[in-house]
Amino acid sequence: MQKPHLELSQLGIEFPTSKGPFIALQQVDLQVARGEFISLIGHSGCGKSTVLNLVAGLLQASTGGVLLNNKEVNAPGPERAVVFQNHSLLPWLTVYQNVELAVKQVFRGQKRKAEMRDWIEHNLALVQMNHASDRRPAEISGGMKQRVGIARALAMQPEMLLMDEPFGALDALTRAHLQDSLMEIQAQLNNTVIMITHDVDEAVLLSDRIVMMTNGPAATIGEILPISLPRPRNRIELADCATYNHYRHQVLSFLYEKQRKVEPLSSQAAVKPEPRVKRA
Amino acid sequence: MNPSFPAAWSQARRWLPERSQLQRWSEQLALASVGIAVFILCWHLLAAQVQTSLGGFPGPLQVAKQWSVLVTEHRQEKAREAAFYQRQHQRHAAALAESPDAELVLRPYRGRPTFFQQMQTSLITVLTGFALASVIAIPAGILIGLSARLYSAVNPLIQLFKPVSPLAWLPLVTIVVSALYQTEDPWFSRSFVVSVLTVTLCSLWPTLLNTIVGVNAVSPDLNNVSRVLRLNWFTHIRRIVLPSAIPLMFTGLRLSLGIAWMVLIAAEMLAQNPGLGKFVWDEFQNGSSDSLSRICVAVLVIGLIGFLLDRLMLMLQSRISWDKDAVLR
Repeated sequence: MQKPHLELSQLGIEFPTSKGPFIALQQVDLQVARGEFISLIGHSGCGKSTVLNLVAGLLQASTGGVLLNNKEVNAPGPERAVVFQNHSLLPWLTVYQNVELAVKQVFRGQKRKAEMRDWIEHNLALVQMNHASDRRPAEISGGMKQRVGIARALAMQPEMLLMDEPFGALDALTRAHLQDSLMEIQAQLNNTVIMITHDVDEAVLLSDRIVMMTNGPAATIGEILPISLPRPRNRIELADCATYNHYRHQVLSFLYEKQRKVEPLSSQAAVKPEPRVKRA
Repeated sequence: MNPSFPAAWSQARRWLPERSQLQRWSEQLALASVGIAVFILCWHLLAAQVQTSLGGFPGPLQVAKQWSVLVTEHRQEKAREAAFYQRQHQRHAAALAESPDAELVLRPYRGRPTFFQQMQTSLITVLTGFALASVIAIPAGILIGLSARLYSAVNPLIQLFKPVSPLAWLPLVTIVVSALYQTEDPWFSRSFVVSVLTVTLCSLWPTLLNTIVGVNAVSPDLNNVSRVLRLNWFTHIRRIVLPSAIPLMFTGLRLSLGIAWMVLIAAEMLAQNPGLGKFVWDEFQNGSSDSLSRICVAVLVIGLIGFLLDRLMLMLQSRISWDKDAVLR
């Protein structure tokens, strides 16, 4: 059997707290093939971002580990490019310079100056942002910033694209537009993608498999739902498609029936916390 | 070529500020003038009420007159200096004519420094002290800000020394400098070194603290970007840490420069180091009928220079800082 591209085995992490270790995540097992699009979905606080940060190498696992091409991941690196939730562009650099920083870092000594410039422009064109390459992040909209964030990640020519709720902060129309661009880019480049999302439609529309996580503490993978809808996918056609709605139903029932999270209601929140003894 | 008037006007319009901006400027100018006029009027009316041992407290008119007296004194002193050198030159020429290998002694002119020369001394001193403070505080702030351990180690010391008044440092600095700074042919006068060091000791804290806070305030997301890109230490500092710390660093530098200027005047007064502070002190000791007016001139000039120094820093900040939207006040 062929070894998987990415393998998470027995992955777990604990954080030390004043009341002893807090087990955030345990027993996460997942195998991802090259070119696959995986969505991680679950309630907030279930450790989705923790999984992503472990794969990125930004966090260190307490148990188990992450293998990429059979090699252990223990530090961040540009071959696992991260698209951050809040774009994380450097505000003092222009759009072009932001991508350039990544390109210079990854392709130093491999590409000549002109090649680098072409490559930066190519990636900005991929997300349709080359018209704004001299603007600074403060001068462009949220959706544009997120696109530049994606361009920066793509420009690293990563083996994997790790996206932490990339469209979470955007309005619905912009989000739909960017989802379509992402699908096109992924079809073109065949990147392996792991994306965190809160949005059931987004997960079903984009993914090859949806990984549904149980509630924390000690969160783990609850169910994995393969989505076998043919590509390219069209959101308008799918809106009436029975299979699509069946998948949606399964995710919704996982989230709201099996893993229903009891949020503190206002009546509970109104209860005053115990007064703390003040020390002089 | 004779462009029609409207075309020329619309050409010129592009270089003029917007109409609304012009209005805003003129309004601000008008309000500032009103403020100053009211102040001068109150000063004029109240000054007449105050009788001191040196006569009436000077009003705006006497102070303006003293200003022109100070300008005249400066011109006369310059003329005297020129005359002195000319006489010396003539003497030397005559001596050379008598015997070609006459031994010539070049004597420097030793006049009393005028108000404007004191001003120049003060400016040079404050800028040197401030530059020294910045050269120490910015790199130290970056290093301390990067390491939580170093910060814990150094923070008590910073908190301890930050509130110390220049008047407390001055005797120590004076004694230490006179003990250690003993060379045959010094580059700088000892009083200059004392003033500079006092200014440095008092003014480095705001820059240091603000740089530390600025370096600490680098967003964790940007740090993660840096880690994903595997930027090396130096590139990380240059591309991520320094730019994000710059706005706060400038806040610190502006505070430092303000403190440096205040400290310098006090130090010059107390230590009899040359400069505007010494001018004020000398006039105070002098106690002539003009002294109060002359001190008033000094007060206004000190304020004006402080204001200009702050504007200078602001200009520098708007040139260097990436954050053009930051409200600069």
